[in-house]
Amino acid sequence: MTPASQHDPDYNYAYLDEATKRMLRRCLLKAIAIPGYQVPFASREMPLARGWGTGGIQITAAIIGPADTLKVIDQGADDTTNAVSIRHFFARVTAVATTEETTKASLIQTRHRIPEEPLRDGQILVYQVPLPEPLRKLIPSESETRKIHAWAEYGPIYVRLYEDIAQYGHVTSTYSHPILVNDRYIASPTPIPKFDNPKMHMSPALQLFGAGREKRLYAIPPYTKVKSLDFEDYPFALQRWDEPCALCGSTSSYLDEVIINDANERMFVCSDTHYCETRRAEGHEGPQLAKAQSVRLTGCAP
Amino acid sequence: MIEEAPLLRAQNVTRLYGGRVGCRDISFSLWPGEVLGVVGESGSGKTTLLRSLAGFEPPDEGAIHFRHGTEEHDIYALDEASRRAMMRTEWGMVHQNPRDGLRLDVSAGGNIGESLMARGDRHYGKMRARITDWLQRVEIDSSRIDDSPQSFSGGMQQRLQIARVLVAEPRLVFMDEPTGGLDVSVQARLLDLLRVLVRDLHLAAIIVTHDLAVARLLTDRLIVMKDGHIIEEGLTDQILDDPHHAYTQLLTSAVLSA
Repeated sequence: MTPASQHDPDYNYAYLDEATKRMLRRCLLKAIAIPGYQVPFASREMPLARGWGTGGIQITAAIIGPADTLKVIDQGADDTTNAVSIRHFFARVTAVATTEETTKASLIQTRHRIPEEPLRDGQILVYQVPLPEPLRKLIPSESETRKIHAWAEYGPIYVRLYEDIAQYGHVTSTYSHPILVNDRYIASPTPIPKFDNPKMHMSPALQLFGAGREKRLYAIPPYTKVKSLDFEDYPFALQRWDEPCALCGSTSSYLDEVIINDANERMFVCSDTHYCETRRAEGHEGPQLAKAQSVRLTGCAP
Repeated sequence: MIEEAPLLRAQNVTRLYGGRVGCRDISFSLWPGEVLGVVGESGSGKTTLLRSLAGFEPPDEGAIHFRHGTEEHDIYALDEASRRAMMRTEWGMVHQNPRDGLRLDVSAGGNIGESLMARGDRHYGKMRARITDWLQRVEIDSSRIDDSPQSFSGGMQQRLQIARVLVAEPRLVFMDEPTGGLDVSVQARLLDLLRVLVRDLHLAAIIVTHDLAVARLLTDRLIVMKDGHIIEEGLTDQILDDPHHAYTQLLTSAVLSA
């Protein structure tokens, strides 16, 4: 854990001005009160382009406080450009402690993954959302999708599942598989792999979703029912891998496929880097760990 | 065949476009199982009337009552959610241009299936069986179930649209020039099909057409419209064989063999 230092005095605490943070908190309260409902908010200009995580950053800025410990992940990794930059940004404008350890974080901002280690009471997971409207591809009109949500006329969204089964024999979506929140609103889980969808169901953590470009936020309060859409005779199913993680040997985590040379050799490794490193530190060993260490493919410490 | 209470009652339906009249003071009743034709030349207000009746555009004056069970509802006095629910379950609209009534980027089966999913069906296998059944009923080869409607001919698209509407088991179907833009032999087959379906399913239908042959074949009663008004109404055969109004006489005599 990196301990707190001094926050940059040239900026207001957490970058946003106090009025904006209050506006965001009001919107968040509404979102939590109506699980899955998309609340419009006045998205601000942030020091990075819309579509790069401005929604998540604004939510984090609105709720972060000196007692928090922040973890930022990008596609499961703590050490990619986006994750490092956002973590550094908040360290500078709030001086909060940052960590890569899922269990020690009180606030986790994520782009497209839910950590492998189970979340617990009191933790908050903030998602960066590119497209909050799960119906958008079928229904281009915003006024129409709002009516559909208002009256729960959710027939059309099943057309997508129907088409997949008709054309390919199974539902082909691997990410952004729509969810029914609290038996009422259909929401986009953001492009997390559908592997992570079951982790949203009855999660002890508060889940907040922010779409900066689309100016919408929504929430799943702790211990809320989250159901992935499916048909009665084609139940929701997860993808499986034929091999364990090449580095830590895990058979239960979400694996990324990595091409390692020009000879078409590849390996599957945990997308959650912290989880993988923890397991390796505990002595778990995957089939290609030694080889990966020899070519420095293991991320941080060899 | 005609039951006691009407299914649909239009009362002084008036629709204005600024100072222009779309349709004015249209009143009629439609009984369950009855097929009503609305004929008239282009611009006589047929489609305007149909869109008001089908719940798309509220009339400026007058009311439209639909009987649901034993109760009559003024469909524009209902809240929008209930009206949309009725539009999905109680009646359906077959558009003149099949592209308006179909999703062209979704397979033929998906188009029919959407109506089933909209009313809450969530079992793929059962839906698939119903879709196949309906493709056969509208004489589309069931091997084309997964093809895009874009690869269909105009006549097939129109039949697909009819299947998409009828699969939801409505009690009333609105059709706006269902045979428009089709060649004569395809028209004949489609009309034959519609006649069988309407009779088998005991559907009520309101068919807007400028084609008196279509009216003769399909409808029990006719309304003749001109300049937004009803100028004559009665049994189809009666009107076509013995038109009273001068305009209707002109209309029937303008057709070679109605």
